Order: sequence, then C-alpha cells, then structure tokens
Amino acid sequence: MRSWWWNVSLQDYAHTVNSAEPIVSARGIRMAFAGVEVLKGVDIDLFPGEVHGLIGENGAGKSTLGKLIAGIYRPTAGTISIGGVARSLGSPRQAMELGVALIHQEPLTFPDLDVAENIFVGRQPTKGMKRVDWAAMRTRAGELLSSLGVALDPKAKVSGLSVADQQMVELAAALSQDAKVLILDETTASLTPKEVAELFVIVRKLRDQGCAIAFVSHRLDEIFQICDRITVLRDGDKVGERLPSECGVPDIIRMMVGRELASERFTPAEHSQGKVMLELKGLCQGKIFSDVSFNVRKGEIVGMAGLVGAGRTDVARAIFGITHKTGGAVFIDGVEVNARNPQDAMKHGFALVPEDRQHHGLLMPISICENACLAVLRGMTKTALIDRKAIRARSQEYVGKLRIALRDVDQSVRDLSGGNQQKVVLSKWLMTEPKVLILDEPTRGVDVGAKAEVHRLMRELADGGLAILMISSDLQEVLTVSERILVLREGRLVRTFEPGEATQETIMLAATGQEAHAL
Amino acid sequence: MNRKGFKIRPEMVPAILLVFGFIAGAMESKYFLDPKYLLDSSTQYVETGLLALAMTFVIVSGNIDLSVASMTVLVACVTAKLMESGWATPSACAVAIGLGVILGAINGFLISKAKLPSFVVTLATMAVYRGIAQVLLGPNSAKVNAGFAGLDTQYLPGHVPIPLVIFLVTALILGVLLHRTLFGRWVFSIGTNETASFYSGIPAAKVKLGVFALSGLMAAAAALLMDSRLGVARFDHANGLELDAITAVLLGGASINGGRGSILGTVLALFLVAVLRIGMGVANVKAEYQLVVIGSLLVIAVLSGNFVERLSSARKPSAAK
Amino acid sequence: MRSDLAKKLSTLREAGTIVLLLAVVLAAWTKDHHFLEAKNLNSILLWIPLLAVVGMGQMLVILTRGIDVSVGSTMGLAGIIVGMLFRDHAGLNVFVGAGIGLAIGAVLGAFNGGLIAWLKIPPIIATLGTLSAYRGLVFIVSKGDQVASNDIPDALVNWTMNGPIKVGGVTVSWLLVWAVVASIITAYLLKQTRTGRDIFSIGSNPDAAMLRGIPVRKVTFIVYTICGAFAGLAGVLYASRYGFVNPGSAGTGFELIVIAAVVIGGTNVFGGSGTVPGVLLGCLLLGTINVALAVLGIDETWQKLVYGLVILVALILDSGVKKWLGKLSEVGS
Repeated sequence: MRSWWWNVSLQDYAHTVNSAEPIVSARGIRMAFAGVEVLKGVDIDLFPGEVHGLIGENGAGKSTLGKLIAGIYRPTAGTISIGGVARSLGSPRQAMELGVALIHQEPLTFPDLDVAENIFVGRQPTKGMKRVDWAAMRTRAGELLSSLGVALDPKAKVSGLSVADQQMVELAAALSQDAKVLILDETTASLTPKEVAELFVIVRKLRDQGCAIAFVSHRLDEIFQICDRITVLRDGDKVGERLPSECGVPDIIRMMVGRELASERFTPAEHSQGKVMLELKGLCQGKIFSDVSFNVRKGEIVGMAGLVGAGRTDVARAIFGITHKTGGAVFIDGVEVNARNPQDAMKHGFALVPEDRQHHGLLMPISICENACLAVLRGMTKTALIDRKAIRARSQEYVGKLRIALRDVDQSVRDLSGGNQQKVVLSKWLMTEPKVLILDEPTRGVDVGAKAEVHRLMRELADGGLAILMISSDLQEVLTVSERILVLREGRLVRTFEPGEATQETIMLAATGQEAHAL
Repeated sequence: MNRKGFKIRPEMVPAILLVFGFIAGAMESKYFLDPKYLLDSSTQYVETGLLALAMTFVIVSGNIDLSVASMTVLVACVTAKLMESGWATPSACAVAIGLGVILGAINGFLISKAKLPSFVVTLATMAVYRGIAQVLLGPNSAKVNAGFAGLDTQYLPGHVPIPLVIFLVTALILGVLLHRTLFGRWVFSIGTNETASFYSGIPAAKVKLGVFALSGLMAAAAALLMDSRLGVARFDHANGLELDAITAVLLGGASINGGRGSILGTVLALFLVAVLRIGMGVANVKAEYQLVVIGSLLVIAVLSGNFVERLSSARKPSAAK
Repeated sequence: MRSDLAKKLSTLREAGTIVLLLAVVLAAWTKDHHFLEAKNLNSILLWIPLLAVVGMGQMLVILTRGIDVSVGSTMGLAGIIVGMLFRDHAGLNVFVGAGIGLAIGAVLGAFNGGLIAWLKIPPIIATLGTLSAYRGLVFIVSKGDQVASNDIPDALVNWTMNGPIKVGGVTVSWLLVWAVVASIITAYLLKQTRTGRDIFSIGSNPDAAMLRGIPVRKVTFIVYTICGAFAGLAGVLYASRYGFVNPGSAGTGFELIVIAAVVIGGTNVFGGSGTVPGVLLGCLLLGTINVALAVLGIDETWQKLVYGLVILVALILDSGVKKWLGKLSEVGS
C-alpha cells in the first residue's frame, strides 16, 4: 500500500492525488492570541489515506493549527473546508459531526467512568424508551477496541489506565463517531517507545482504511517513521512541504531552524575553572526520573535538552521544592539543600522561571511592579507597611536593566508582549539575587527579536557570576546559549556534551535514543 | 492599586447604591434623617460588620467562610458561661479571643492542609460550632458580668456609640493590613493565582491559615460585642449573620473568584446593608421581607460583580471550578 | 491494578458506613435492650423518607460538583403553599397536592439552576441567597400563620400512619414508599439515561465534558430543577409526617442533615462518584443515630453537632483515601 508512491517526487505525487480531493483544506489561516500572531497565513491539505506530519519547534504554531481544524479555536482569518465545503467551526462538537477528531497529549477522559462509557460519552447507544443500552455499548466498545488491536476491558474504570491506554480510548471514541480526520496532537510525548510503536501500528491501519491523519510532533524520528508527507512550520509560517523520501533529517532541521546549523554562537568565556554552584548527586523521583547527576559552575550556562516528557521540568521542580525528591542530594555552593517548598529553595539561592508563564509565572491581571517584586515583597516593607515607592523604584531599576518595553510599571502585566512578560518574570527572580537560576523554556511564546534579547541577557547574567541551568526544547537556543549541554531521555541523563561538541543532530539522536545508528 | 485614570473602581457600586438608599430612606421616613437614631441603630450592625471585614480577606483569598456566625455564637456562649461561673471579665475575654482564633485555625487547617474546598469545610463547622454552643447551653441563656454589659449604650462625645468606634478603628487597621502590608499583598496574590504565588515563594498554606484565623478572631470580637449588647448569650443568637457578611463583601466589589476586593468597598456596602435594614425597619417591613431582600441582594451583588469584572478585564479563562 | 484498588476502596467506604451503623445500633442496644423494638424501628423508618427524597436530589447536585443549600427553604415553601391549598380547598386530592408541591419545588430549583448554569454564580452563593429568599417567601405567603393540624387532610396523614406492609408492629409507611419511588427514579435516571450519565461525566471532568460536546449548562439546569422538585415533594411529605406546617420550622436547617447523609453515603464532594444505595445507607445511618441519641439519653440539643461532625468525618475520610490513592499512583504501577 505504501510502496506505490514511496519513490515518486512531490510533483508527481501531487498530480496523482489531485484526483483524490483533500478532506480538509485550510487556506490562509491566521491566528492571534492576545495580539500575538502564532499563525501567519498557513495553507494545508489533509488527504484520505495519508499521514501528514506537522513539525516545527515549540511555538511554531503546529498545535494551534491542529486545534483550529478540530474546532477548538476559531481562526482570526482564513477558511477551513471540510469535504469541499467551507466551514465556520465553532466547537469541537461541530468538527466531530463533520468527522474531525483531535487526540490530545493529555487525554481528555472521565476518570470515574468505565472505558465503554468514555468512548460513547454523550452518545450512549439506547434502546426503547431512550434507555442506555449498556450491553450494546460494551459490545460495541469491545469491537472497536479489538478492531484497533487494543486489549482493554470495556468495563475497566479509566482512572486506572495508563496515558497510552487512555489515548486509545480517545481514539476509539473518535472512531465510534466515524471520524474521517484524526489529529494527533503531540500524542506520543508521554508514551514509552513500545507504546509509540503500538500506536503507530494502529495509525497505519487507520490510514489504510482511508482516514486522513495529521500527526503533530517535534520528534523527527517519529515523523520519518510514520508520515507520508511533512509540513514544516516556523514562527507561524509554513516553510515547506516535503515527502520523507525526498529529504533527510538535516533538511527538515534546517527548515525548522531557518538557517544552516547554528552559526552565531556566543563564544563561551572560559568558565570551566569556575566554582561549582549547583551540584546534583543521583537525584531520583519515583518513576519520573532517576539518578540524575550533574553540576553547573559559576558563570556558566548549562543547557538541558530532551523530548517533552523526558523529565527535565520534573528535575527543575524537584530542585526548587515544588515536588519532593525520593532520593539523591542537591548541593548549592557546596552545601546540601533539601528544599521543602519554593520559599525554602529561594532562601538558599535558587530561582526558577517556570515554563508556563500564564499560570505559574505571573499573576495576570496584577500590575507589572507587583509581579516583579512578588518574590522579594518580604524585604520591601517600611515599619511593617509595604513600601510602594520602593516597589516602583526597584521595578523601574530592573525595567531599565532588562530593557522591558512598557508605558508604566503600574500597568497590568497582561498588556505586555510575551517577551516583555518573560522579562518581568526574570526580574522577579533576579531581585532575589539568586546564586543559581533555572530557566524552563525561557523563550516559549516569545517573538524572534525578543528571543535574542533574552539570550543576550542570560549571557550577561552568567558573565556577572550567576550559574544558569536552561531547559529548552529549542535546539538552536540550546546550542546558541549554553556551554555544556545535558540530554535527558526517559528520566535519565543520557549524554553530556562538552562546549562545542554538540550539533542539533547529535542532540536529537541522544534525545531519541538513536545514537547507535547515526545518519 | 491601579492608578490608571480610567478604571472602574469596585467600590463604585455600593457607593452609588448607598446614596440611593439614603434618598429612598429619607423619603420613606423622617426618622431616617435623625443622626441620633441612625447612630443608635448602627450598634446592632457592628457585629456583622466585624465579620464582614474578615470575610473580605477570606473572599479576596479565593475562599469562603460560612462558619462565622457559628464561631461568634460559640465564643459568645463560652464567654458568658465562664462569666456566669465566676470568671473575671478580662480573663474571660482573653479566653474568648484565643478560642476564636483556634476555631478559625481549625477551618484553615482543614482547608489548607487537607486541601478540601472551603465551602464544604465551613458548612460542616458551621453546624459543629453552633452544635457545641447548643450542647453547652441547651435551651438556657447565660448571663454576662454586670460590668461587661451595655457597651453599646456608651458614647463618645457627639453621641457616637463605642461599638461604632470599635468597628471604624478595626476597619482602619484591617484596611491597612489588607492593602498596605505584606500579608495583605499575599492574600491578594493567592486569590489571584495560588499556584503562581506558591511558585514565587509565597507560603500559600500559611497565608490561608492566617486568613481563617483572622476570621475566627473577628468572630470572637463580634461575640464579645454581642454579649455586651445583649447581656446574655444563647445558642440561637447571631443567626444568619454569615449571609449579611458575605452579601456585604460581594456588594462591596469583591470577586467571588478571589483576587479582588477592598475594605473600603466592604465598609460602604455594610452601611448600605445597615441603611437598608434600618430603612426597612422604620418602614415596618417585616423580617421575612427583609430576608428576601437580602437574599436577592446577594445574588445581585455577584451578578454586578461578574459584570464589572467583564468590563474591567478583557479576557479571563472561563474555567468555573 | 489501581482500578481494582479504587473499587475495593469504594466498597470499603460503604463497608465503613455499615460498620458505623452497626456500632451505633450496638451502642444503643447495650444501653437499652429494647432499642430494636417496633417503636424505635418505626421512628427510624419514619425518619428516613424525607431525608432520602431530598437526598436524591442533593446527590445529583453534588455529583456535578455543586451544592444546594436552599433545599430546606424550598421544602418549607412548597409545604406551606400546599398546606394552605388543603386548608382553603377541603377535598383537594392528596396526590394532586403532592404534584403541586413537586411543581413548586421544580420552579424554585429551576431558578437556582438558571442562576448557576447561565449566570455563572457559584452554587454555594446562589443557593445561599435563595435559602434566605425562599424562606422569606414562606413567611410572606403564609402571613406568618402556620397550617394547623386540623387543616391537613386525613388522607395525607394516612401516608405516615399506614402503609402497604405491616410486620409485627413495624409499619412500612406510604412515606417510605414515596422515598423508594424517588430512589428508583433517581437510580434509573443515573444508570439508564444519557442525562444521568452526563451528570457523572460533568462531575468527573468538567472541561472534557465541555469539549466532548456534553450540554453542560442544560444538564446543570436540569439537575437543580430535579433537586428542587424532590425538595418540593418532601415539603408535602413533611405536612404528612408532622401533621402541620410552621413557616419558621418547616425544613429549616434540613439542608445540613441532607448534605450529611449524602456525603457520609460516599458521594464525593469533588463530584463524579456516588450511588443511590450509598445515599440510602447514609440516610439509614443518620436516622438510626437520631433515634439512638434519644435512647442513649442524649437529647436533641446534640443533633446539630452530630450532623456537622458526620460531614467533617466523611470529608476527612475521603480526603485521606484520596491522598492514599494519589500516593499509590505515584509510587506503584
């Protein structure tokens, strides 16, 4: 089935499939959140019997595109046609009725209900007098699951299932509604390799049955394994569409990144002699990560790469006392620290800029100066009262230092752009005068110009003597900013690159566990 | 907080309504313009007022405390009982204050440590605390010490009753606490976004504990004033005060979702509720009609609050949890 | 593995309620060997129906992560209106009266539902407001007068005094039959209809319910309407049970007992799980405690404290179980 077009060029291919109309055809899709444009006029077609990979770095807009097709968001401009008719999708329900279903990374299931009901929720089969036909529902659920080749008991409660099994339940739910278009949104991010392989068997089966599948991912190896066509997005633009047979991983990386392998690297100062500020010895947390040991020196930026779900954020959260480690030790400046909560960690000289700025980083409706001074409010009192002048002055000082563009420190932090919001979070932590700064995805949702600005700032801070640990999924960022680079895979530290040693490919290979067979 | 010129202040709604209330009241009865009458009448709303001040903290922190009236009555009963069994006024009052803080802290502990929703916890303790009071006194009433009674008939020059002074001073202190101190800022931040506050090193659990302990403390203060005003304590006193308190706070512009509210708004709204109650009293509106009015007012307060919120913030995640 | 465990724990939870029930019975029996005689059994059996009828509605509400504290006032308002109808229209059929009570309750519940589902007022605030507004209406409608015992038709009182089954002095009253009917309707709704299943899914994961196209607002509205309807019916049953309706006392504070019964019956305050038999068991436990207190010589003044403690204990138990489950899921697979 797959081989007949396996070796044809894109033009030939386009010619052949033109006879088969696309099920979904999106034209000129634009999407903006809070004034920030994340999609800038993207076209895409999904054909029956084809797995279409949507790939790009974080913030490239690939997930947003998937969600627009599934009716979760409404595009600010552009048209989406399904089955040849332009539609204005207002809800996922509506998209589902047209045969479009989205499978989420974090499955949207009902823990208190059983598998069969999770599949048929809201559409349970009924018999006379509109009674729910439990027997029929379970039988049909069983049939669906076995047609997918999944061994799940329809009567099992979903609260006890693994993420992979829950995704199967969602998939079965989509198929029970005769979904013709499936959008898999980073579905593999929290699956084990074995589970991914099993998922792919099913995906191929569905493709062969004529489903159109959009596979959203940033894992190159998976894209090449499963996709029949690849669309690469970068910063909200469609960079190109390729057939996997025509290109290799380096081509796609080049398209994702937008240039030949990182050229403008910061020349790292010689810090390898600096004092060790942060040291982890065999840090463990249940099944989430284990035996993570590394150090960060004064004045050094250490990058931490890995796939989503590899445990990078979990390590940061454990260091910062948000969650608790189950083994190992953390040292700061040679002293062992056992942070019970962020307050504790802060006192010992840690600072964490979290990944989710909206929910974990900022108090959204509140003013810039209050956000900036939130962590150090304790020290900003004058005879027990909050010293507002000091807050404003202190914020002004950091606004200047970090070059935050704003009208007034009293304005709501919500009015700022992503990059400036991130700088407010950064000021909040710099005010605590930390010894170790942990940044989790520091430039997510930040536009290109501001990104470089944030990178420059990080470099300045490190040169000023800070030890920085940066978690990032943006390989170019990792290579540009960091000196040593750590790679986590499935909760383990699998590789440490010395300065200048790493390339995007080698990091990717280590992160996906394919180092053995290099390209 | 926000010093921008064009901004809808949450206190505006009660302020405007208060003016209307006064006009309506004045048209209804000439008693209404008699300052002496108004000042005398104010004393019976001081207890609600103290509860509402603390409730402002609770609601701004994103919680609710349904047990305030029950804490008040329990403390009132215990204090009167102690006095009846021969305790001196100062020591009985000290016990009252301590007990109030403990009762509030129990709520706070269950909410912050066991991570239970505040409305269920305080619904349960609402029954428990009043239940203990009932067990303690049964159908009887306990008398307070002679010297302790009648604080509400003491005046400062200018016919200002002492309880009103106590309320205004407390309001000032708590206003400073909420709007000008570290603790107050923390209350606002956990009410706005508890996770982000925790991530920023704010001891969220302790702040919540503190807020509920403050609620207990104010309940104790209200209990002492009530004991003094009535001269006796019974388990069925202070019935339904939580409703008036919550109504006043929400009417005063606090958001039921937390993160917004002000002591000034609560004070204005309290005057409004008091004016309404006094007005309905002089107009001979029966207690039962007053129930309907206050109940509706609560609903209207939330609705107007939601409306103001929608006006002042362009977009907010709509998750109603 | 974990789902088995969760199942085991939930049966453990019900087993716990049964153990508590047995302990109460044993304590009362030790104190007074006549505890299990017909007189006491009859009082327990008469105590359950009102609680169970209102409890069914309250359970539906709590399953959706909501709460309705206005049920006592709804009961009072429906009870007083129907009582006055009986007084002013002698010969009004009692079943018509029950139907009117149900309808009044449904309207009051629908009002709550509208405030919560469409106007987005948190359930506790909306129903706290109507708790007092509806109680006010009770006084306004009745002008403060109670419906006296001679105004309640004998046919209505008969529901309490007689019943279809009598075994050795123990009467299964018609009131209890009403409660059984309400329970069966609720069980049918929850198990056999899509709306019932939607109630579980909304409580289990509100965001997912929205995304999967479940009419969350409509179902929320229906749930509060049903809760009100049951409370309205209970108002009429109240008239039968006590033989009079007093505007001040009819249903006052009943919300607390109902919530206690529902929560101790294993309904999760975080929504999504709960069963009709569990709630019935909760009602039985509270009824037994109530009668046992009298037998143990503990007078009525203890009631409020006991109900409050019951809710607290149930909450703490549930959060303990939850934490334990959470820990298991983190550590073991």
